[in-house]
Amino acid sequence: MRFLLYETGDAKPSAPPSPELMAEMGKLIEETTRAGILLATGGLGDKSTHVRSSAGKVTITDGPFTETKELTGGFALIEVKSKDEALEWAKRFRKIVGDGESVIQEVFGGDGR
Amino acid sequence: MTADTHSAIDAVWRIESPRLIAGLTRIVRDVGLAEDLAQDALVAALEQWPESGVPDNPGAWLMTTAKHRGIDRLRRNERLERKHEELGRELEVQQEMAVADLETATDDDVGDDLLRLMFISCHPVLSPEARVALTLRLLASLTTEEIARAFLVPVSTIAQRIVRAKRTLTEARVPFEVPSGSELDARLGSVLQVIYLVFNEGYSATAGDDWMRAGLCDDALRLGRILAGLAPKEPEVHGLVALMEIQASRTRARVGPSGEIVLLLDQDRARWDPLLIHRGLAALERAEKLGGALGPYALQAAIAACHARARTAAETDWTRIVALYDALAQLVPSPVVELNRAVAHGMAFGPAAGLELVDALGSEPSRAATSSQSSAARMRRARSSSARHHSRRTRANVTSCWSVRRRAHVEHTRPDRHPERRSTIR
Repeated sequence: MRFLLYETGDAKPSAPPSPELMAEMGKLIEETTRAGILLATGGLGDKSTHVRSSAGKVTITDGPFTETKELTGGFALIEVKSKDEALEWAKRFRKIVGDGESVIQEVFGGDGR
Repeated sequence: MTADTHSAIDAVWRIESPRLIAGLTRIVRDVGLAEDLAQDALVAALEQWPESGVPDNPGAWLMTTAKHRGIDRLRRNERLERKHEELGRELEVQQEMAVADLETATDDDVGDDLLRLMFISCHPVLSPEARVALTLRLLASLTTEEIARAFLVPVSTIAQRIVRAKRTLTEARVPFEVPSGSELDARLGSVLQVIYLVFNEGYSATAGDDWMRAGLCDDALRLGRILAGLAPKEPEVHGLVALMEIQASRTRARVGPSGEIVLLLDQDRARWDPLLIHRGLAALERAEKLGGALGPYALQAAIAACHARARTAAETDWTRIVALYDALAQLVPSPVVELNRAVAHGMAFGPAAGLELVDALGSEPSRAATSSQSSAARMRRARSSSARHHSRRTRANVTSCWSVRRRAHVEHTRPDRHPERRSTIR
């Protein structure tokens, strides 16, 4: 089963992560890679743009969007045996990054399941 | 106990148990005992975590608990054996050492331990079936029931297979080490073979509705990716990973609306998984960068990559595929490889070139037919003689390939499903 893990939060640009956090994150990425579960990961820029379509018309709006929670920080696409396993990795991630919120969603289609 | 905690423990177990068992095997030098101790720790977790919550570092908790259980067991045995006065001094020393090891053991070299565990789980002293069962159990954290379900055999069969495998390893005094020198190639070959066997078992099931069996593909991919992290300097490891990633990228496209197999050249390439293709090509590049001639897995991956890179079937680089099959046939000759090679030659240089090779294949006395019939008939005979040796899937591909379309390419050189025959491939 594939899951997308990402963080949500305020769209306000936050302070750059500390070297300690970066090191911890590096370790987690290394661990998940070595565990054979990490398919893709990346950090996200703090500027987002919304592309909306309505009645055949596409409108583009630059962020930040204070009214909605934005996808922030980064994402990881993992392949695991169960949702519980995805949750366990998400817990480990949260322990490193401190306060905040992550979202886990199953990803369909990639491997046909 | 709440269902939530229970499933959280399951998840932790799946993540932690291979490292736990590997670390314990290094300390107690017996994989059977190591697994027992790990299971003891799991039982303790199931008793305590619902009350106390899952600890911050569950892996370390399980290791500490398992070590304590180990010390208890060894001391108990010691007392028992003293009582019987049958204890040789050697054994006593061994036990003291083991207790000391358990007390002082550090968790360093976890990676090396995992690699050692892979090597002993796939040790040639075990039957191929036993290697598969033990590897799935110890390294992929599958339960006996899950393995039985995936291989469509009774649970008791798998349970016995695993018990016997562990006993065999103990009796044969198989050392817990990474083989070196000339032994390394053969032993690594065995590990790769086990992983690819698991993958193929799952791949042959992806056309059906049996997700449990199809899940073996994911297990194999995971094992392959883990191995690539543990043995990053081995080109064939990356070759196998590349082969599996690229093959897995086609899972969705190889089954038609009514469940029928769709041949490679007929597949809707938009349904291929670009992420897995990308990962496969990257793994192949790692194999190639390590230098030297490509091995059988890397060659098969390179062939798969030719297809993966072609945006349409017509854009396939058949000349390159021919060169790769020629190399593969030199390295690991087999009827399937020869047949695929003939198809590739036909695709690259016209039917006559392919037929020539098929004729040569058909004239081998062991599997050939009498001559003096049409080439087409001979092709069909070559096809059916080959089919006797190979899986139904390959047979379906070949049938379609030669007698129906004459242009389709047998998807890959998948060895057949029987491990003892598979060994001819590697």
